Amino acid sequence: MAAPLALLLIVAVTIRAALFRTSLANLISERVEVVSPLNAWKRVVEGLALLDLDISPYSGDVFHETPMVIYLFHFLMDYAEITFMLADCLTAVALYLAVKDYNKQVFRKQKFALEADRIPMDCLELIRSPTEMYYIPLKVAMFYLLNPFTIVSCVAKCTCGCLIYGSALLSAIFLALATYQSIYPLTLCVPALLYLLQRLYIPVNVRRSSFWFYTLQYLFMFLGSLLVLICLSFFLLGSWDFLPAVYGFILSVPDLTPNIGLFWYFFAEMFDHFRLFFLCVFQINVFFYTLPLSIKLKEHPVFLIFMQIALIAIFKSYPTVGDLSLYMAFLPVWNHLYRFLRNIFLVSCVLLACSALFPVLWHLWIYAGSANSNFYYAITLLFSVAQILLVSDYFYAFLRREHHLTNGLYLKKKDGSEATLVLK
Amino acid sequence: MIAITQRHVHDAAVPPLAGDPPAADPPSPPPSKDDFQEELVIRPLHSGDIYASFQFRTVWDADFMGDQKVSHYRLFPKSLGQVITKFSVRELHISFTQGYWRTMQWGQPYLPSPPGAELWVWFQDTVTDVDGTWKELTNVLSGIFCASLNFIDSTNTVQPSASFKPLGIGNVTDHSFLRYATLPREIVCTENLTPWKKLLPCGSKAGLSVLLKSEKLFHSTFHSQAVHVRPVCQDPQCRTTSMELRQTLNVVFDLHTSGQGKREWSLFKMFSRTLTEACPLASSSKVYVDVTDNPQGEQFELSPATPLLTQAVVLGDRRTYSVYDLTQQASFGSSRSLNMLLRWKNSHNNVVPPVMLRPLLHSERYVAGYGLQAGEIHTLIYNHHPYRAFPVLLLSAVPWYLRLYIHTLTVSSKGKDNRPSYIHYQPSKDRERPHLLEMLLQLPPNSVTEVTVEFERALLKWTEYTPDPNHGFYVGSSVISALVPSVVAMDTNSTLDRPLFSSFFPCKEEASYFMRVYTEPLLVNLPTPDFSMPYNVICLTCTVVAVGYGSLYNLLTRTFQVDEPSPGLAKRIANVIRRFRGVPLL
Repeated sequence: MAAPLALLLIVAVTIRAALFRTSLANLISERVEVVSPLNAWKRVVEGLALLDLDISPYSGDVFHETPMVIYLFHFLMDYAEITFMLADCLTAVALYLAVKDYNKQVFRKQKFALEADRIPMDCLELIRSPTEMYYIPLKVAMFYLLNPFTIVSCVAKCTCGCLIYGSALLSAIFLALATYQSIYPLTLCVPALLYLLQRLYIPVNVRRSSFWFYTLQYLFMFLGSLLVLICLSFFLLGSWDFLPAVYGFILSVPDLTPNIGLFWYFFAEMFDHFRLFFLCVFQINVFFYTLPLSIKLKEHPVFLIFMQIALIAIFKSYPTVGDLSLYMAFLPVWNHLYRFLRNIFLVSCVLLACSALFPVLWHLWIYAGSANSNFYYAITLLFSVAQILLVSDYFYAFLRREHHLTNGLYLKKKDGSEATLVLK
Repeated sequence: MIAITQRHVHDAAVPPLAGDPPAADPPSPPPSKDDFQEELVIRPLHSGDIYASFQFRTVWDADFMGDQKVSHYRLFPKSLGQVITKFSVRELHISFTQGYWRTMQWGQPYLPSPPGAELWVWFQDTVTDVDGTWKELTNVLSGIFCASLNFIDSTNTVQPSASFKPLGIGNVTDHSFLRYATLPREIVCTENLTPWKKLLPCGSKAGLSVLLKSEKLFHSTFHSQAVHVRPVCQDPQCRTTSMELRQTLNVVFDLHTSGQGKREWSLFKMFSRTLTEACPLASSSKVYVDVTDNPQGEQFELSPATPLLTQAVVLGDRRTYSVYDLTQQASFGSSRSLNMLLRWKNSHNNVVPPVMLRPLLHSERYVAGYGLQAGEIHTLIYNHHPYRAFPVLLLSAVPWYLRLYIHTLTVSSKGKDNRPSYIHYQPSKDRERPHLLEMLLQLPPNSVTEVTVEFERALLKWTEYTPDPNHGFYVGSSVISALVPSVVAMDTNSTLDRPLFSSFFPCKEEASYFMRVYTEPLLVNLPTPDFSMPYNVICLTCTVVAVGYGSLYNLLTRTFQVDEPSPGLAKRIANVIRRFRGVPLL
């Protein structure tokens, strides 16, 4: 499997390098769908310029990256393009390895279940065969690397984070890094914990002491690394300025630059009296689904991670297409759910149409002056609805497959005729 | 006609302010407790327009900075005196301007001012909370001058670090006591002129202030009224200080709108009034007419004739003025009114009009780019001196909603990169303070220096737009301050008889003069949201969030079940009856 992966990496790097050289790079790095005030390259350069002028980058309102990023790019300024391409490649490789690992797990579980005779006979066609699963990691990597959104984000030099899970300590550290970069990956703490518990065969039972022991251990590692990162940032710049500038900015949404999310126009048109209330509601909305989803999906942490990443990408305060590409990279893992998906055609059509309409309506509003902000806002609404439909569709399909695995594929009603399955 | 040239000595205590014909210096009588002088300078411009500059100066020997309580106001206006003592103001400079001064056509003004309102104040070092005091001061001044100075808040106030040094005495170096703000959108009208006139000792009843009638003054291309308060020295040793209040009014009347195309100007034509008497409270009341371009009377004819003539070096140029002394009854003649008339002669006799001295420092500013997302601010600074380079201080205060990217700042002269030797940049904070950029630039001789910086336009909350959002947002003028080397002083072809030992080093009078140039204000459009939509947007966005919530809620709380069709209505009623009877259900 190494050779196709290597070939894929080469192709991806070539495409990115080619795009960097063209004038499209500048154009793409200005697009609001791709960059947000949190992760725009122009702002990183501005922060570095301010640092050169002996002014703290956080004294103004232009720079909202964490101090680690400043210092990283202070040294890598000239190699920025290579850094981003490398980051993309590393992410792809990490995803590849992770998915491969996951597949092994799934296969093993399946074998156990088969041997334990827990699956009704007619569900055999739902079982996933090794051959089909062989190519999934590659497909995942491919999805990630060749997704136009990812390419475009790389070219725009976004500084999106990524998550790798392997050993517990490493996962805690990387999760802390991702949370440090933007607060939302905090919700991924729970699925990561569940996954590790599953690997170690610790049952998720609140009455078991081993569960609590491991949970506390993991939380301790996670919080510890987070604290270390924050203190390190303090010592890098000598002040706590970065806390309100980075985390205050993410949570209080002062910058209303248009993007593909729901926050900007909502808070541009909000009555002042209710601003704080709706801000709290929207921010809680991102974190709110963690607990119910974890309870429902405690046996399937990887799907939980997928759901969490998707929900973060839809409901975060400054989303970009880079966030989108991250959860879309996971879609090949759930290829087997295809037969249960209900709206996939509609959703893909809407997503494609919206992606095409975003730049058109932006141009009409900002440059031609013939449309107004409502047009662009409508497309963001549609885009969010399509993403929500996609995620809930996959969730429905996943739950349905699980139901079939336990209850049989061809269900019959009491009188023997073919039954339909509904949610009640 | 006897022409008397009087040599005047500068008042050593007062730093030379551009456009200030020197006051007479009587050697013997001690200075009075408070003193009022008024003057009017009329300068015909090369484009046919005429420039009139009024200055009213009150000097009061009260020590505002000491502990003694100041009372018994006579000539000094009480409202201003109370403001100065209450807010511990050292210097106050406020100006209201309508129109933009066209430097290349009109030359340099005596007192430059930017379009709109400008206020800058030096507080005394006894003030503990400068920002709070500034806020109160702007509100009080807004009441005194009937102007919307209450719009001055932290989003348009800056603290310059090098420009705007004190114009009075005092060696202050701590710029934390300085505040500067402009309101480029402010409009000047009669409501601002009336309280301004009320501050004068004679009001608008006697002296030069009778000419200040608003229907003529505002029918002009340029109108600027200002109040400057600063401490000055009382005597050459400067043991005690007095407070000087200068009220200035500059107005330029257009040849075609006010002059009906005919190049003939008189006091009556300009102000629809004539002068009848000097202000009784004034120690000196004079009218100066600039006759430098008319030494033998070949360009225009000035009537009534006056024997008094004076010379002064103003803005690096030696000018000659005819003087009318209003304290002398003879100036008014038999009709007891003075109406100066300047009538231009037709140039049949091929007299070449003298070339206007090209202003040595001049600047322009504009916005480049297209669309509502980004843009660039270009500032062009021209140095027209033939062989001398000199440094200038450029101060730009840009509102926070135009996000400047300082890494895109480029300064180039004659096509080459020109690095500023001093940059002070304070980035803006959203909704709190504006950008402040101060640079010290060296301008090469006879060159154009271009300063470029890119910006991004922000989307504001719908309540932060003005009622006419598509008019655009104003960016206040940039200020360029410089010590310009005088061309006149370098004139080595001086016809004056001088011994050789005094003429080796080029340090004659006015070797360089201080000049401040204001650029145009900018008008920038920002992207606007739809103002009719707040309720709709809230509903629609909450609907999308609810769609997400609803789908996930359904999937989380419901389980899959086989769909058993529910029995029809008849069967259900029958089942109810059967249950009563205790019979098995259908």
